[in-house]
Amino acid sequence: MKTLAIFIVLLFGGLLIYCTLDFPPWGDPLAPASMHVSPRYIEQTMEETSVPNIVTAVLADYRGYDTMFEAVVIFTAAVACFFLLRVFGRIESESRMYRHIPSGITLRISKDAEPLRESREFERIDLTWVPYGVVVKTSCRIIVPFCQLFALYVIAHGHHSPGGGFQGGVILGASVILFAISNNMRLSFTRISEKLAVLLCGLGVLIYAGTGALSIFLGSNYLDYGALSRLFGVDPVTARSLGILMVEIGVGITVMAVIITLYYNLASAGRHDEGL
Amino acid sequence: MTELLSIVIAKLNYWACIALMMIGLYAMIAKKNLVKKIIGMNILQTAVILFFISIGAKKDATLPIIVHGHAAESHAARAAEYINPLPHVLMLTAIVVAVATLGVALALVIKIYQQYQTLEEDEILTRLQNE
Amino acid sequence: MIWQIEFVVLLIVIICGIGAITVKDLLGAAILFGAYSFMMCLLWAIMGAVDVAFTEASVGAGVSTVLFVAAVFRTSRRTKD
Repeated sequence: MKTLAIFIVLLFGGLLIYCTLDFPPWGDPLAPASMHVSPRYIEQTMEETSVPNIVTAVLADYRGYDTMFEAVVIFTAAVACFFLLRVFGRIESESRMYRHIPSGITLRISKDAEPLRESREFERIDLTWVPYGVVVKTSCRIIVPFCQLFALYVIAHGHHSPGGGFQGGVILGASVILFAISNNMRLSFTRISEKLAVLLCGLGVLIYAGTGALSIFLGSNYLDYGALSRLFGVDPVTARSLGILMVEIGVGITVMAVIITLYYNLASAGRHDEGL
Repeated sequence: MTELLSIVIAKLNYWACIALMMIGLYAMIAKKNLVKKIIGMNILQTAVILFFISIGAKKDATLPIIVHGHAAESHAARAAEYINPLPHVLMLTAIVVAVATLGVALALVIKIYQQYQTLEEDEILTRLQNE
Repeated sequence: MIWQIEFVVLLIVIICGIGAITVKDLLGAAILFGAYSFMMCLLWAIMGAVDVAFTEASVGAGVSTVLFVAAVFRTSRRTKD
């Protein structure tokens, strides 16, 4: 198998290198890739959409269909991961352990006896419970709010600086993953439950598709943000900029929820009781 | 000899991309462990993205963010001053799709491990045939 | 576009790529993959693709590496080849 693999790799590598002999020199301003389509976008983005970041403008306005279906693709990936891995029902252990917080005494109650009622003095620890260090917990407690603030900044400033919906959404999801790693994953489930994460996945795609449908209701084509000028009372150029902001927020929400769902299902192998 | 050397230096970026693509392809075909195959798939994806980005580069050009001032006068953006932004747009989609594919592939790997207790391809095939 | 920096980063990228598929420990392979992702991000930032580099830094060097480590944690860590 390895000799066959080396033969295939050398064959394809040789063919591709033979193809590169026809390429223009690297970085040539007169290369055909830079001559025909892109000058139109570079020169007219500012006066048509008033968004200086050309990549964000092309991604969310000129190629808006691609971005919408890409949001649908990652939503499908989260749903597929859920269907593959999720098992319901908890594994019953023989006894439960509780700790009395003021005095530090640990109780063990067997399965047949009735469980303790919920109260503030007893916390439940399990046999698979791993003690989390104070240093990691405290430092991540400081980092997580700044991480989320930076992510919101990246989403909001997608028009003027590198960034946009995807990057901000991924950083938001990464902040929740950091919270779940440093603290117990069950604490993360109480903050953002599985149901909320999957709902947010769908909500982001709904915001994106809803912006397009809003354009139809206002009398123009699907995903034509110029029609939003009748709703907001601004000229069409600013309306396109606002439409780009709305869809970027939708994409950011979807990406955050997808990353959270993927982590929840992968780190606990579907059982949703313990994480990394 | 010098012209061969000049050809090599002019095309070295493309050849490095092709080398990375071939490393990823070799990992996907020849390695027996499933996680190594997934790593090879990701190396192939990022190498293709590198190839597309290197097509859009231009000498003496700046980032594709239009410089504009707050004053009313504005000069039109000349296309030769900015690098080509269109491959960046397509590659943003490609990166996000790559991470989605990675999530589903790792979910499949965990499920296979729960069923067969191993991740090597030949052991899985023998256990499949013994069932 | 300084060619010296680009050459060095390309060399590190190729070495990390070959290392990620050769080591016998899957956790080491996941970490090398994270290093490979980050060097790719630097390469794209040198070529001027700042949006793509931003996305790859957060997605590849952040979330992808965490997902790999989570999957290796739930399966075995040792591999034969």
